[in-house]
Amino acid sequence: MTTVITVPPSLDDQTFEQVLEQLAPLPADAKVLVDARHARWASPFGLTALLTLAQTRTERPALAVPEAEDTASYWARTGFYRHAEELYDLHGTVPRGRAQNGESSVLLEITPVVRSEDVHAVVERIQQRAQAILVKELSLDPQSTMRFAMTLSEACQNIVEHAGTGGWVAVQTYRWQKRLGRRVVVIAVCDAGVGFRRSLETAQGRPRSDRWDDAMALEEAVLRGVSRFRDPGRGQGLAGVRRFIGKWGGKLAVRSGTARIAIVPAWDEDVPLAEGLPCFPGAQMQITIPERLAAEKR
Amino acid sequence: MIANNHIDVGGVLRRRVCHLYMDLVTRPTGAAVRSEIEHQLGELQGRTLTVIDLSQVGLLDFSCADEVIAKLLLRYQTTALDGGIDGYFVVRGVNECHLDAIEAVLERHRLALLVETVEGELQLVGALPEHGAQAWAALCAAGRAGAATVGHTLGIPADEAERLLGDLCRLRVVIPVERDFVAVNVAAALARPRLQ
Repeated sequence: MTTVITVPPSLDDQTFEQVLEQLAPLPADAKVLVDARHARWASPFGLTALLTLAQTRTERPALAVPEAEDTASYWARTGFYRHAEELYDLHGTVPRGRAQNGESSVLLEITPVVRSEDVHAVVERIQQRAQAILVKELSLDPQSTMRFAMTLSEACQNIVEHAGTGGWVAVQTYRWQKRLGRRVVVIAVCDAGVGFRRSLETAQGRPRSDRWDDAMALEEAVLRGVSRFRDPGRGQGLAGVRRFIGKWGGKLAVRSGTARIAIVPAWDEDVPLAEGLPCFPGAQMQITIPERLAAEKR
Repeated sequence: MIANNHIDVGGVLRRRVCHLYMDLVTRPTGAAVRSEIEHQLGELQGRTLTVIDLSQVGLLDFSCADEVIAKLLLRYQTTALDGGIDGYFVVRGVNECHLDAIEAVLERHRLALLVETVEGELQLVGALPEHGAQAWAALCAAGRAGAATVGHTLGIPADEAERLLGDLCRLRVVIPVERDFVAVNVAAALARPRLQ
């Protein structure tokens, strides 16, 4: 029997939880059809998380692609189908080619990250495209392109260093009308690897505490820079990401296992820590950087 | 008194890792670059000031700054005590973003370093002891001075100045010369007209 998993019309880091709630009761080898026919919009997190979802299944899943032509076309521009056809049995009309409708909001197509060479490629590609978007459209300072690339580098390295499997990265800019009323640039980095808790558990001599779960592992890694390595220089990547996020008034959200932690700026109403979520392997990170308004410039 | 040595990190990156790379990112890349730098330093003897030149490096991320800069400083703090080369370092060609990464890793490891920015300005950065920057500035102005002179300039007792200069020597931004002290940049300038 095939279980249909319905993708909400708007798929982002928050609504992806609806997908996971449907998936949680099913064993990994259950046959599933991910039904995205009525999807109208997806964030980079939504798209990379859909690819990650397929990697968590032992039975090859099916995916019904969006019916709306502009949605399907957009998903094609992000490079989604090129990777999805490796992981899913695709149903419906998949746009062929890489149509470009005017200015693309895709700063970095969905890109697999497996080895450190992939991080080099991602960093080089993003610098070529980011300057115009970050400085001219989001009004960030000219140094922001390099800091943005540093942020992306550290986020991707988490996969290479800790996941134990490959993952995905995508970067996109769009107008976030509903929540913020300005443009944002969003980095999504998702993997189906071991996750933060199991990664930290591999550390030698780690003191055990009564409370040890996904939420605490996220607190340790994201807030306190703890790493599974004994080298005191480790754990600086996420600390660096946090520093830049603070400088830009941005948001960092990391989900792993059954918990999700967020560094929440004033413009957002997310909870700092969510526990008891449907279990999902690996780690999924989203970084959101808003347009800088004239009043915020010093 | 001190031999000067220059390492073009961009060149090392392209020679040792990939001839197409401009950016110093990821730990494996940083470890490979540091290994090559250590190999070059292994051929030196005595008291040496090495200019680590980042002019031809695009991006430097936190992980690479830790692998290349912090681990190099940590290693040569130790080898000096073990009778290895008496190595001092200045990092040159540092832009604002390089500095973000370098300062973060120095703070993390409680290290300090003299950097020369792309504009040519010398900055002492990292985890400095209280009055450390002023003591370094006093040494720069004096060229070579004893603890009493530095203490007088800073308005602190000579024994406190002695301890402070000892801390700066341990951080390898000041060089002990007989009973006096010299800032690393001044020592290099004495050896050659300009760091190169």
